[in-house]
Amino acid sequence: MSRPEYAAPPELFYNADEAAKYTQNTRMIQIQRQLTERCLELLNLPAERACFLLDVGCGSGLSGEQLTYGGHIWIGMDISRDMLDVANERGCEGDLFEADMGQGAFYKPGTFDGVISVSALQWLCNQDKRWHEPRKRLKKFFTTLYGCMWPGLSASFPTDLWWLEMITHAAMKAGFTGGVVVDYPHSTRAKKIYLCLFAGVVGNVPRGKT
Amino acid sequence: MKLLTHNMLKSHVKGVKDGYPLRLSASKVELKEVTFNADFVVRMLDRIVWPVLRQTAIEIGQGDNLPTDIPADAATNEEFLRAMHHVLLEVLVLEGELECPETGRKFPIKKGIPNMLLDEDEV
Ligand SMILES: [Zn+2]
Repeated sequence: MSRPEYAAPPELFYNADEAAKYTQNTRMIQIQRQLTERCLELLNLPAERACFLLDVGCGSGLSGEQLTYGGHIWIGMDISRDMLDVANERGCEGDLFEADMGQGAFYKPGTFDGVISVSALQWLCNQDKRWHEPRKRLKKFFTTLYGCMWPGLSASFPTDLWWLEMITHAAMKAGFTGGVVVDYPHSTRAKKIYLCLFAGVVGNVPRGKT
Repeated sequence: MKLLTHNMLKSHVKGVKDGYPLRLSASKVELKEVTFNADFVVRMLDRIVWPVLRQTAIEIGQGDNLPTDIPADAATNEEFLRAMHHVLLEVLVLEGELECPETGRKFPIKKGIPNMLLDEDEV
């Protein structure tokens, strides 16, 4: 399978057909759930507390379902209206926005207890339109995101090695601290990389699973 | 879209200074019950802008029972917290519009989802 981010911009790639396929593929659902669970774990939120979270690139709401299951209130943003419509039809509890993360987050300071983004950030690294400059878009995303986090709380993003340097650099320039968590580093099959960020504090980056 | 979410929104149109609050107009509103969680509502006391929440609720016809100011004993006043819970989480705007207070740019809301995509020259 070719990596989707090479094929077309997300709003074109995730059209109605793809959105339906994506949501019916049980393996895909399983992976998405596991990544979300791990993101939540890495956020290290206070136990038993309903938090206010942002899901960037929420797609059809698979990750959001896990957030709801964890008792959280959340907002999702995605550029694909088709994916959002699927999320709606599946009865998703979060508030959804049709938005481009490269145009920045549009929430006031101190809004969110935490932010996750499951397999979406790499889309920002692509130049898919003449007027899209990846570095500028990453900068816009991370600086506006930094601005809307409740200080001290964190963001976690599973990502892949290919884009890691570029994404990490943009996040640090925007003021985030933190680092990379690698789960199962010795297994090519199970290995997963997460970028774990803190806003306003120097936090401890959790250890990866082995 | 919930009014909690609306209370956090600011306009991201190029050149906007403050961009807060976006003016909300609603042509279709739905009420949906959400389990009351006092701890969550109490923590939102510090995050929301009360006059904006109250004014917006009134403008879309959902502002009954909301006091002008947050009561001094808000954190322990269950009657108030329940009213706030209702207006924050149980009022859903399904169809309507958000308007940037500085540029007048409008963002349509369809099936509960605002379209916040900017054009090239607005970024
Ligand atoms: Zn694009």
